[in-house]
Amino acid sequence: MSLLFVLFFVFASIAVIGAILLIVAREPIHSALSLIMVMVALAALYLLLGAPFIAAVQIIVYAGAIMVLFVFVIMLLNAGVEERTNWSKIAKFAGLPIGVFLLFELAHWLARSAIGKSIANGSEATNAAVSTRALSEMLFRKYLFPFEATSILILIAILGALVLAKRDE
Amino acid sequence: MEFIAQHPVLVASLVKIVILLVILMTILAYLSWFERKIIAHIQSRWGPYYVGAHGLLQPLADGIKFLFKEDLTPPASDKLLYILAPFLALTLAMTTLALIPFGPATVSIFGHETHLVVANVDIGLLFLFAITSLGVYGVALAGWSSNSKYSLLGGLRSSAQMISYEVSLTLSVVGVLLLAGTFNFNELVTSQQGYYFHFIPRWRIGPQFVGFLCYFTAAIAETNRAPFDLPEGEQELVGGFHTEYSSFKFAMFFMAEYANMVTVSCLATILFLGGWLSPFPERWTFMQYLPVVSLLALAVYLAYDTAVNMRGLARFQLAVVTVLAGGLGLLCLLPAVMPVIQGPFWFTFKMGLLLFFYVWTRSTLPRLRYDQLMSFGWKLLLPVSLMNLAVTALWIVYPLLVKRG
Repeated sequence: MSLLFVLFFVFASIAVIGAILLIVAREPIHSALSLIMVMVALAALYLLLGAPFIAAVQIIVYAGAIMVLFVFVIMLLNAGVEERTNWSKIAKFAGLPIGVFLLFELAHWLARSAIGKSIANGSEATNAAVSTRALSEMLFRKYLFPFEATSILILIAILGALVLAKRDE
Repeated sequence: MEFIAQHPVLVASLVKIVILLVILMTILAYLSWFERKIIAHIQSRWGPYYVGAHGLLQPLADGIKFLFKEDLTPPASDKLLYILAPFLALTLAMTTLALIPFGPATVSIFGHETHLVVANVDIGLLFLFAITSLGVYGVALAGWSSNSKYSLLGGLRSSAQMISYEVSLTLSVVGVLLLAGTFNFNELVTSQQGYYFHFIPRWRIGPQFVGFLCYFTAAIAETNRAPFDLPEGEQELVGGFHTEYSSFKFAMFFMAEYANMVTVSCLATILFLGGWLSPFPERWTFMQYLPVVSLLALAVYLAYDTAVNMRGLARFQLAVVTVLAGGLGLLCLLPAVMPVIQGPFWFTFKMGLLLFFYVWTRSTLPRLRYDQLMSFGWKLLLPVSLMNLAVTALWIVYPLLVKRG
């Protein structure tokens, strides 16, 4: 077993445990922290896949910026402890089986797909690190239009937030 | 032994981490002494004086005091987060230093080629920002989990401040990145080699002076230091986010703050002040004796001070320091050590200068009001750093456009 293999399982299990804690935790701030745990573990997985830029950006943007705002809002609103419910009927009889079914289907098709086979064969196709230069050339040459369109989308969202936050006088 | 032979990189990294940790811990301890002493002298006081000669053992005394104080946990606090917060703050603050190169890419120590950095990451700068961007949590969680009004308000203020100034901090660095075209710290430093008129070093502080000013201002705010130390504004908030912390947990926040100061100064040194590069041209070979000469001069001064001003135990303590400084100076004379020491010497010198600047601002400027802080960050610092970025980008793109016609 290679070191990378062991590391993959360590970070994958951290991510899964974090995701479970996120749902199970009753304090909103614990949930937020579990989500951060998931994001950092995911960043480590990106790193193992040879994408250090994506890993760093994942932490900077999600864990460092967006989740800070989450935590901030939770602190400001002082959200109390969540109430426990006994599963709703739909969740119990439809949601749970469908969820399990979808999970197995995903695993099944992944195992049969080309990526799954290449992983099973041990060929680590993605292990070559993608340089930031290559990434940015792709982003600013090949996908320039979607990139700019996204930025306009974000601008619109900011304007929307401004309009909503502005008080009527 | 087999394990060592099989994983040379792993073992070398571990050794480097241990050395770095020991040095860092000493620096953190003595930074508090340095700060108290300098502020005292600026304000016409003596500062720490009684524990050891010139108060040199004060950090040790402080450490023992922190260890033996009662460790209180507020009964209504969120225990897990309350304990987690100081650990988070300190670990994140110290991890970043693993990325900082203190000397040239390859130096040979006893025949082994090695780097003077724990991790030479290809996207070092981004990684550093990734780690520091998590630093907010230490402060925010400490404030929230203490379950005290002062702590909560301090934590909120502090996280708001850190988020606001992080934007300017990052933007002010992008200008340097555009000029250098890399994220790697080693390449960032080596791209600053060369001299104007054969003697003025081509450091980035020249073309990026505005960027440097923005960076350093934002960095002071980012590390919650005066004049931006609102999170712990004593007059309003008692102790800010760490009001409820006592004993060693408080010391951890303290150390995290100093570690952050060190990191920020290291980053400024690498990005703007040429890192480990010497300010003197290479043809002035006699300049490589500078570390030796300065250490020996220090030893001579200390010896004079020991002989004339000190009495009793203090005289003995200062004599030890004198011997240490002199021995270190003589050690640097060894032909094996001399070339290795040049990089770290200049790096430490520049970093020390920036740290002095930190302390200097703290002792001279009054604290800003909260609204002043916010309007300064968003309405002055952010536009200026954006302008700096835009001008730098145009500066780079203009020749390309002209060539294309």
